[in-house]
Amino acid sequence: MLLEVSNVVKHYPITAGALFKHVVGQVRAVDGVSFDLAAGETLGLVGETGCGKSTLARCLAGLHPVTSGSVRFDGTDITNLPRRRMRPYRRDIQVIFQDPYGSLNPRRRVGSIIADPLVIHRVMSGEQLRRTVQELMERVGLNPEHYNRFPAEFSGGQRQRIGVARALALRPRLIICDEPVSALDVSIQAQILNLLKDLQVEYGLTYLFIAHDLSVVRHISDRIAVMYLGKIVELGAADPVYDRPRHPYTNALLSATAVADPDEAQRRRRVVLTGDVPSPIDPPSGCRFHPRCPRAQDICSTEEPLLEGTEGTEGTAACHFPMEVVV
Amino acid sequence: MRAFLLRRALLGLLVLWLVTLGTFLLFYVAPSDPARTLAGRQATPEQVELIRHNLGLDRPILTQYLDYLGKLVHGDLGQSYFSGESVGKLLAADFPPTFSLVLGGAVLWFSLGVGAGVLSATRVRSLVDRGLTLLALAGVSMPTFVVGLLLLYFLFFQLTMAGVPVLPPDSYVPFSENPAEWARHLILPWVTLATVQAASYARLTRGSMLDVLGEDYIRTARAKGVPERSVIYRHGLRAALTPVVTQLGVDVGTLIGGVVVTESVFGLGGVGQAVVQAFISGDLPVIMGVVTLATTAVVVANLLVDVAYGLLDPRIRLS
Amino acid sequence: MTLTEIRPGAVGGGPVAGRGPWQLAWRRIRTDKVAMVSGAVVVLLCALALAAPLIAAWTGHGPDEQFRDTGITAQGLPVPPNGEFWFGTDRLGRDLFVRVLYGARVSLLVGVVATGMAALVGVVVGLLAGYYGGAVDTLLSRLMDVVLSFPYLIFAIAVVSIAGPSLTATIGVIAFYSWAAIARVVRGQTLALKEREYVEAARSMGAGDLRIMFVDILPNLLAPVIVLTTLLVPAAIVFESTLSYLGLGIVPPTPSWGNLLSEAQGFYRVAYWYLGFPAATLLITTLAFNLLGDGIRDAIDPRMERLFSRRRRTRKGA
Repeated sequence: MLLEVSNVVKHYPITAGALFKHVVGQVRAVDGVSFDLAAGETLGLVGETGCGKSTLARCLAGLHPVTSGSVRFDGTDITNLPRRRMRPYRRDIQVIFQDPYGSLNPRRRVGSIIADPLVIHRVMSGEQLRRTVQELMERVGLNPEHYNRFPAEFSGGQRQRIGVARALALRPRLIICDEPVSALDVSIQAQILNLLKDLQVEYGLTYLFIAHDLSVVRHISDRIAVMYLGKIVELGAADPVYDRPRHPYTNALLSATAVADPDEAQRRRRVVLTGDVPSPIDPPSGCRFHPRCPRAQDICSTEEPLLEGTEGTEGTAACHFPMEVVV
Repeated sequence: MRAFLLRRALLGLLVLWLVTLGTFLLFYVAPSDPARTLAGRQATPEQVELIRHNLGLDRPILTQYLDYLGKLVHGDLGQSYFSGESVGKLLAADFPPTFSLVLGGAVLWFSLGVGAGVLSATRVRSLVDRGLTLLALAGVSMPTFVVGLLLLYFLFFQLTMAGVPVLPPDSYVPFSENPAEWARHLILPWVTLATVQAASYARLTRGSMLDVLGEDYIRTARAKGVPERSVIYRHGLRAALTPVVTQLGVDVGTLIGGVVVTESVFGLGGVGQAVVQAFISGDLPVIMGVVTLATTAVVVANLLVDVAYGLLDPRIRLS
Repeated sequence: MTLTEIRPGAVGGGPVAGRGPWQLAWRRIRTDKVAMVSGAVVVLLCALALAAPLIAAWTGHGPDEQFRDTGITAQGLPVPPNGEFWFGTDRLGRDLFVRVLYGARVSLLVGVVATGMAALVGVVVGLLAGYYGGAVDTLLSRLMDVVLSFPYLIFAIAVVSIAGPSLTATIGVIAFYSWAAIARVVRGQTLALKEREYVEAARSMGAGDLRIMFVDILPNLLAPVIVLTTLLVPAAIVFESTLSYLGLGIVPPTPSWGNLLSEAQGFYRVAYWYLGFPAATLLITTLAFNLLGDGIRDAIDPRMERLFSRRRRTRKGA
């Protein structure tokens, strides 16, 4: 396994007090997440805004320390490594960020932005560096002549290509894509997704692909994990999860996405969730989804369901009353 | 709110302590020796030592500083090395001209500055606005003493030469002696202070007013038919004054220490001139007294600003 | 790969080197007449100050040379402006024009050097406070508060009584008082900038703190720092003249605008030019710097007015 995530927890303390700060609560952004990622695989991580998927991504990228749990990369424990010892792993783990406007420094030229990882890790310099950067630009579909331009002179899709080129520069093994297309127009989303797919084949990349939209993830992912309030509620191969969701939350998410095929749309019943997402400061007891779940029963509010498979299915779902498999 | 003010007050005490400590240490680095100065040129080393002992200057710095702090807690600022008088009394004597100057000047500059700022903000990019902006910039660009000297030249000298001696040149007449003369003698100093300060207040008010007038609640007020006058003065100005009042709080500090210039241009003889004198002669108790008072004034003014924030701008809740 | 999303104007032709934020600002400021004239005035003044010895040699009047025959009237008073002494003479019969030029050297030097030092310190302190936050921020912010609330003239008097009035002491006092204003703005901006995704991106690539502060954050701070610095130069010039006026700054016979004006105080009733020319030169200089600063601000980011209208502090002996 390239990446082994076990029981990762990330809590943010809430402090109060004018003179002496004390902790009055915890935001349970990520609350016990485990999964494995094989080399060359793509895992799609899906959930609504605020479910903790971006926090998880930042924890895995070593940007935020985790509260507990462990992250292993290629067999080595890299959980909360001090900065110096984390450095070699940063070459292997790169991030593509969501906001193609915010993730590129507006005051720096595109060439120097893409060269950043190569410069930081002192891989090369001078003429060789410029050539490499221009090759990268060409590879991701940018005009290498635009080396000296500023980010503001590019469109959203082009900027995301810059982000891809930067993540690719060090030939990493794992790329964490934090909603790389959600800020883009639908027509451009497909182009970026195709680019990512091509690059994966070419360089043998492994992706952790985060999105809030199941339909985006489906085309690129081998497996899909669905997150709700800091926990994974369903995890399985992409097609079964998409076609035969087991967790009521996954079902609700799916029914909310637009479907192009009218027959398919006919077959689907739209599941409308009631209520708001509860606060991660004080999550519901038992199954966290129970206050909004159409299938909830008494046990759901007292006992927390484990993420486990049921007979005859490939995936796992954390639900006491998983959806029946419709054949 | 209470916790917030408490924290600010403690912070203020810390600032006060640091500033007094800094001044004290600074004084000890200084080459000036008050005992030597006091003893005069002909004094023998023994006499100088005696004076030094009498003033308590032969004790370790720490003891002297603790002694100062101990007295300060009881409201005692100590005695001047030179006249032997209590510093409190000395400053009290110097206080009236300074206070008169600051008070009148502040009233004048605040009303002029805010008035001009509002006028500018309500007529953005008009001739009035441009003119006032340029005038304000000119004010910001001029040292106080130049303004004072120019006023003296035109309003005292040229007027007097032209046979209209309405304004006197300088010196201070106590209010208790003759209120009319008091005001007459202070008009030029007031205008001097006001010209310079009103300029930055006009700029500040204009910017802040423009910010506020662009806010949604102002548009709502206009949309529901609140008269324009009321929109500007009741809804707009109230919120726009917040940063202006902050500045006023900050300026109290600059003023207490900084009236020196106006005082010396017009020969008013106040606290500012006293401290210059004290520094030149090395009269530590007087210096410490002025620094302590000035810093206290700054701290208190900033605290008042924090309170005024909550009263002026309903958007801000202190927490 | 497709080129469909490249804007038509960007495809083919077009300059390869991009039009960056600075070029755009330059284009905007070129259309601002007031700013351009102010800039020209500033450049001209600097040129005149640099050329002061040449001009002095050309007039044949040294800056400290006393002309007891032609420069003083029979009553021992200064001579009004004439063909020989363009700005008239001072109380010792020296050429005021030459002295004003020499004064410009000192005043501009003090203004620029003190502000430059303040900008350097302010940027570093502000970056550290804003970037590291926590205890570092608390400590540095308190320090800024103390500096900003300390009655500065008293401080200036104290320093001068220790070190004695000199050029170095003047520059030091002014720099000490100006850095905190810059540090405050830089800190605030850094607080906002460090949350940007590109900073996170840099960290994810393994960039160190220093690299993030100076390569990723600093370029985005330059605009406000440049504006603030331009506006602090005239404030420093005013400050210098105030100090010199009180006898705490530049000491005669070295002429500075402050001590020229200070000398003029006793003579304004009989020699308007003695006060008038130095005052006018000073006013033109500071006004030009202020107008230039406003112009740069508008050109870089019209919305920045908010940032400064609230934070800008003018310091002068009131």
